[in-house]
Amino acid sequence: MSKYAFYPGCVSRGGTPELYTSTIAVADRLGIELEEIIGAACTGAGVLQEKGLKLGDTLNARTFAMAERMGLTTILTICSTCQGVMSQANHRLVNDPDYLAEVNEELKPEGLEYTGRIVVKHLVWVLVEEVGLDKVKSLVTNPMPDLKVAPFYGCYILRPSDALGIDENPGREYYLERVIEAVGSEPVNFPGRTKCCGFPILMINEANSTAMVGNHTHSAKDHGADAMVTPCPLCHLNLDGYQPKAAAQRGEKIDMPILHLPQLLGLAFGISPGELGLGKHIVSTKPVLDKASIRT
Amino acid sequence: MQATLRVQRFDPESPETSSSMQEYQIEAEDHFTVLDCLIKVREEVDPSLALRCSCRASICGSCAMKVNGHAHLACKTKMTAVAPQGEPVTIEPMGNQKVVKDLVTDSTLFWDKIRQVDPFLQPRGPEPEEEYIAPNAAMLNLITPMGCIMCGACVSDCTVLEVDKNFLGPAALAKAYRFVADPRDNADNQRLTMLNEYGGAWDCTRCYECVQACPKGVAPMERIMELRDAIQTAGMPSTIGSRHVDSFARSVARAGWLDETMLAVESWGKLNLPKLISNAPVGIRALIRGKFPKPGPLHHKRPGAENVGRIFKRHEAARSGVAAAAREQH
Repeated sequence: MSKYAFYPGCVSRGGTPELYTSTIAVADRLGIELEEIIGAACTGAGVLQEKGLKLGDTLNARTFAMAERMGLTTILTICSTCQGVMSQANHRLVNDPDYLAEVNEELKPEGLEYTGRIVVKHLVWVLVEEVGLDKVKSLVTNPMPDLKVAPFYGCYILRPSDALGIDENPGREYYLERVIEAVGSEPVNFPGRTKCCGFPILMINEANSTAMVGNHTHSAKDHGADAMVTPCPLCHLNLDGYQPKAAAQRGEKIDMPILHLPQLLGLAFGISPGELGLGKHIVSTKPVLDKASIRT
Repeated sequence: MQATLRVQRFDPESPETSSSMQEYQIEAEDHFTVLDCLIKVREEVDPSLALRCSCRASICGSCAMKVNGHAHLACKTKMTAVAPQGEPVTIEPMGNQKVVKDLVTDSTLFWDKIRQVDPFLQPRGPEPEEEYIAPNAAMLNLITPMGCIMCGACVSDCTVLEVDKNFLGPAALAKAYRFVADPRDNADNQRLTMLNEYGGAWDCTRCYECVQACPKGVAPMERIMELRDAIQTAGMPSTIGSRHVDSFARSVARAGWLDETMLAVESWGKLNLPKLISNAPVGIRALIRGKFPKPGPLHHKRPGAENVGRIFKRHEAARSGVAAAAREQH
């Protein structure tokens, strides 16, 4: 078992609780030991950063320092947005010792200090780079060859590429496809795979946000996908939760099930749909279960 | 090396109304850029291929186009970088703009947006006899936005412009920032008022496509975030966008993590009944499936939340001095 400092993020504890439970359900089988960083704050999700970068960087440095205090070096997150925001904060902090010292001053009252040794990795990076896809394949008891899955990366796990290490690890742009293949399903390429789901402007400009949901889910369907899989709970909230509104906006049915990454793994590992929280989705996941020959 | 280019073709004079892909194979030198390859195609294989280019040195901004799905300057993009194993490279015209012919786009939308932000200095008072003097330090943060070469790559890849042409877009907003941040300019009030409206700074979805596409490091999205900060610091009227930031900060400062339900309610406005009613079905569906995030007092505090609150307080105290100075200026 490899041990990680676990950062689940706010949304897997709020609007998408099935992401949290499905992660816990697959972690043991994958040999991933998760020790949650108790008391870690929200990353700021790019929103707090609008009040100045230092506020968000301080909150994230606090989380990194907590993980270091736990004696761990890698933070595992299941949220692309948290991945992106923490990676950028870490990039700024470790590349500027004066800035790091300034931020550490803010952490002193709590007895924390960040030394700059933390690496932040999303579950999908850990799967490919540390667990290994051979291990994932070995755990598959229910291959789903008839299931066509469109990967939806969203923004923060790919951009900006320098802070996210994409320039050094260009393969990260295709990890979802590799995981989909590893669980015995077929990845579907479609134009929206790396675009924005629209969630950040959902409240500010709902029509635009919903149009993005409609475009991506409809496009995935047009390209033959039975489901989409995302590494980001915010994308899930929008693509799943606002899909009925997107369908109404377009005046046509979409009915595209949206899976969280660990749910796709869990189905292939033979974990029950109930334990994976598939009943908690807004858009029915029954077509996925039918294609995967899973009885509920 | 053998280079394979799949180029999108469109001829407005052809009876064929849609575009099509055409494949070219040429012998390319190792140092060739995508533009070198396209010029070689035009000069040696197919003189009908239309493209724009001029300086070939990443200065004029003429040759922006999509290479493998994303906007790049063709003259700055090495073939070995996009096709290290000699893979086929897909080349299309920029997005979000009307295609004139093949790889040439109509830049009307781009320039219309730039004009909307009054892209010129508007100082106050009598003109000085010599030049306007500004302290060096105050001009440092203008270096990045002033590096814009108007190539349109950011506009091409903007995900908001894909769904709403009313959005000012990354290039114009970065240009607006360039003047808002200029200490010699005195039109901040009218600039920020316009940027605080629909189609302005709050409509950006923060997708980082423009940051990735910009060949000059302007990072338009980061300039847009600075505009949002400037709008709030200047005390502009609250909008859903500014309330969204405030509500987000309030819940994290109080509990250490985000109160998703109150974020929606407070962003829209507690008395914004049309918005609350139209979104009620979304909340009810979540409630039925047992995933409605607990709001307000039911949103429990994370252990150590008081330390998070302390970080916020110190940050806000530092900002309040900046805000007072900004209000004074306006």
